[in-house]
Amino acid sequence: MRIRTTLIAAGLAAAGLLAAPACAQIKIGFMAELSGPQGALGQDQYDAFMMVVEANGGKLGGVPVQILKEDSQLKPEVATQIVDKLIEKERVPIITGVTFSNVMMAVHKKITEKEVFLIGSNAGPAPIAGAQCSAYSFITSWQNDNQAEVVGKYANDKGYKKVIGMAPNYQAGKDFIAGFKRLYKGEVIDEIYTPLNQPDFSAELAQVAAKNPDAVYVFYPGGLGVNFVRQYKQAGLAGKIPLLSTSTADGSTLPAQKDDALGVISGTFWGPDFNNPASRKFVEDYEKKYNRIPSQYAAQSYDAALLLDSAIGKVKGNVADKKAFMAALKAADFKSVRGNFKFNNNGFPIQDQHIFEVAKDAKGRVSLKTIATPLKDHSDAYHAQCALK
Amino acid sequence: MTLGLFLTQTLNGLQLGVLLFLLAAGLTLVFGIMNFVNLAHGSLYMMGAYFAAAVFNATNSFVLAGVVAVPATMLLGMLVERVALIRLYQRDHLDQVLATFGLILFFNELVRIIWGPASVYMNAPEALSGTVMLFGFGYPAYRFAIIAAGLFVGAGLYWMIHKTRVGMLIRAGATKPEMVAALGVNISLLNTLVFGLGAGLAGFAGWMAGPILSVQPGMGEPILILTLVVIVTGGIGSIRGAFYGAMIVGIVDTIGRAFLPTLLREFLERSLAQAAGPAIASILIYLLMAVVLAVRPQGLFPVKHG
Repeated sequence: MRIRTTLIAAGLAAAGLLAAPACAQIKIGFMAELSGPQGALGQDQYDAFMMVVEANGGKLGGVPVQILKEDSQLKPEVATQIVDKLIEKERVPIITGVTFSNVMMAVHKKITEKEVFLIGSNAGPAPIAGAQCSAYSFITSWQNDNQAEVVGKYANDKGYKKVIGMAPNYQAGKDFIAGFKRLYKGEVIDEIYTPLNQPDFSAELAQVAAKNPDAVYVFYPGGLGVNFVRQYKQAGLAGKIPLLSTSTADGSTLPAQKDDALGVISGTFWGPDFNNPASRKFVEDYEKKYNRIPSQYAAQSYDAALLLDSAIGKVKGNVADKKAFMAALKAADFKSVRGNFKFNNNGFPIQDQHIFEVAKDAKGRVSLKTIATPLKDHSDAYHAQCALK
Repeated sequence: MTLGLFLTQTLNGLQLGVLLFLLAAGLTLVFGIMNFVNLAHGSLYMMGAYFAAAVFNATNSFVLAGVVAVPATMLLGMLVERVALIRLYQRDHLDQVLATFGLILFFNELVRIIWGPASVYMNAPEALSGTVMLFGFGYPAYRFAIIAAGLFVGAGLYWMIHKTRVGMLIRAGATKPEMVAALGVNISLLNTLVFGLGAGLAGFAGWMAGPILSVQPGMGEPILILTLVVIVTGGIGSIRGAFYGAMIVGIVDTIGRAFLPTLLREFLERSLAQAAGPAIASILIYLLMAVVLAVRPQGLFPVKHG
């Protein structure tokens, strides 16, 4: 009897050993824009993700992980090649990152069709939140429009009657202006679209000054935002006409804008002054390790790593059990830096959206200060078009 | 639309024109005198901006930033010319394009490695950070400073090319290089000097642009394209052409951007005008260039030979 139990136990252990190599190490593809003018965003995503992996001793959910870092160069065609390589050659079960919406549109179907899990930590274009949604995709950032909607709501609350909207002349620019208008009830007296490669706004700013609106809403990401905010100040408009924005004065551009950005209003889901334990720990660790205030892009990717950590832990590293892993991801059982976090039917978060003002923080650095929360438990406008339950 | 607004926009056009002139002057000299296509000119402008931003952040002095950045870019330009470009003078234009395009990639990656991919901070000096009231509109004081500084440099350049011995040699080298060499002038050294002068002007433009534009990798490319339009429109190799060409391109581009969308709205539907306005405005200068090429292929203000 005793011998038999021992044998069974030994047999089970052996079976366990045999099964072990299958989940000894999980390969995770990390793809983002890491070079060129927009490389700063991808770098923030990567740094925050690796901070979690390194803090856990190279593991997520207690399982060793190998992160394969890839630069999609803001080129959809490069991104699709990378995805082919990651899936066909490296056989990764999970891909994370993805910075730009056009890259996301190029790879979303390709990844999810192969039943590979996509944990997007930035881009959230409308189609993948609506009709093209997939049970394999989980986005830890936002649906693009959300960050504009919250500013539109704020403009209402402030009683601004006439607003001028400005953005680069491409799809995302138009999406953000449309998102702003969705909840804004006043009049958008003019929409100015500038070519994506136009760095100087002197002509447009003179037009804005001549029309003297109650406020200006802009979406100018990256270097364009640095130019715009500086030129707005130099044109004497700062402090005279409130500047409302999305992705224009954020953690990635404030180091170059500094005092010129003081007073700029910005809408998004998280800011470095959040007072919950997860956020405080994140900001403290990040500043210690990288010596800069984390941007929202870092926060999104940090949450992506925490999400994977929780879900891989739940299935004990057996990500090959797709149903179980999917359910574990969907549960989103982790402490997000933004406080409340849960996934909608389309794999996008249901979350609060806040308004921030650029101001000096306790250490005298230019940073974002939370001033209002116009949208609570906000869902995106497209989830009803998604067939998933 | 009021007269005041129109004049303000004309000033904006002048300011863009001045910045373009600083770049076009250097590019057209190299193009016209050395018969060399230098696509890396925009990179020198970028390096000038980075040098200025680096000094500015270390010392917080805008003037010192320029004092260091302009000679540093000049030296860098001469170094690049001596090390790399000198081998390409006898080669085909296509080889030159290929090599200098490679230099663009090289410099973009270099600044990314040294300063990182994010924009670097730089600001206008305190005294110039306000606005000047003009025609009922506040006009940024710093942009006035750019116009003034650019015109001053332009005048200095005119004097140098037309009234000094070096200028005479440069002009002579442009028309009959073999004859100049036969008279015992070191043409190779002259070329390096011209290249350094062009690089210095590009560095000056980068320094001036630092406080308005974001200093970041790849900032030289959009302005390089405009600069090429300027020298083709104005006439290759001619400083005068570069000056007038830059002013024309700067003003046409700015006025088009400012007023075309409004104008189109008079007789088009609003949404259509919003889409078409910026698109047409941004091709205006290329249309201008095409017309100039068709009517006067040598440019509006070509070099007077003979």
